[in-house]
Amino acid sequence: MALSQDEVLAGLAELVNEETGIDVDSVKLDKSFSNDLDIDSISMMTIVVNAEEKFGVKIPDEEVKNLMTVGDAVNFITSAQG
Amino acid sequence: MTEPQLKQFESVPFSRIYSLGAARGNLVVTNDEVAGPIDSSDEWIRQRTGIITRRRADANQSLMDMAVSASRQAISRAGIEPSEIGAVIFSTISHPYQTPSAATQLTELIGASPAPAFDISAACAGYCYGIAQADSLVRSGVAKFVLVVGAERLSDFIDPTDRSISFLLGDGAGAAIVGPSDYPGIAKTVWGSDGAHWSSVSMTASLLELRDGSASWPTLRQDGQTVFRWAVWEMAKVAQQALDAAGVRADQLSALVTHQANIRIIDEMVKQLKLPDTVAVARDIVYTGNTSAASVPLAMDQLLVDGVVKSGGLALQIGFGAGLAFAAQVVVLP
Repeated sequence: MALSQDEVLAGLAELVNEETGIDVDSVKLDKSFSNDLDIDSISMMTIVVNAEEKFGVKIPDEEVKNLMTVGDAVNFITSAQG
Repeated sequence: MTEPQLKQFESVPFSRIYSLGAARGNLVVTNDEVAGPIDSSDEWIRQRTGIITRRRADANQSLMDMAVSASRQAISRAGIEPSEIGAVIFSTISHPYQTPSAATQLTELIGASPAPAFDISAACAGYCYGIAQADSLVRSGVAKFVLVVGAERLSDFIDPTDRSISFLLGDGAGAAIVGPSDYPGIAKTVWGSDGAHWSSVSMTASLLELRDGSASWPTLRQDGQTVFRWAVWEMAKVAQQALDAAGVRADQLSALVTHQANIRIIDEMVKQLKLPDTVAVARDIVYTGNTSAASVPLAMDQLLVDGVVKSGGLALQIGFGAGLAFAAQVVVLP
């Protein structure tokens, strides 16, 4: 069953925390991965691959470039779950 | 009248790597020296790549100088004469002539003429491609000893303002002598290519565009995110396939020697392969940088020179890069 937006956000925050050590409470929808959370491109890709596995979705390379904020990622994953 | 029966080469059962040779650029280039044009810092580069220094050739040190030096060391360590070499395989992407090959010049310079000699272009996978070919040439009986060289002078093809790859790159040469063996010393190679990602690591322009004035001197570029995903998650699968093809478990390895592209690729691959702590992991990139075709033999040689691993142990070596191209095999350490 598809997860809600809040559930995806919570799961994504855990992945961000595992990769970078950033507190899960800091991972909010309006935060930019690079500017606010200081996540570099390699960590971003690690989070993306782990998110694919966790949420059972495909996030193509060309789509990763559009995921500027946590909200962008949550929205993409939520809709990709079908 | 009877039909003539052709004579074919008679095969031998096994091959192994007899020795390695190594040569690095004479210059030790610090992060501070490359950080300015990319608006970066020593700390940023260390954190994101693991590199503390990269070795680069000085003005008087050519690609061929490094290749000759590494080759002579490998020949000497193998205890053979140059005249016994039956083929020379030279992997490079930075030989500055379209033709003739670097291999024929090297072969002449080391006294191995008239051995057949040719270049291969498989970028960072090139050395492992070369070992695969050398293994085939030796076991098929075509050549008794094969010299495999991976050599690069990548500093000729960098743009100091490029943030994608230039600051990672170094210069060096690694060489190996492959020959017949009483035991299996080079396991089945798992290799392949993925031309769908042809442009993920490439030159900024072709020589034709340079000639026509529509482009300046071509330099290397990469799409870091795409390459990182492929290098870790796809190559971890290839590494596991190479272990399976060899009939070896990860905990039976002495060493993992990956292409030295970025410390984070190496660390993530270790995680994906669930390697136990008993396996030494080559991290030559920290002081040598990314030397493309030279990186695997340089990194393996360093483990041996430092006494981290012993001759006779098993190492999984894997090269991957532009093409995209990849090759992996388990070998017995020389």
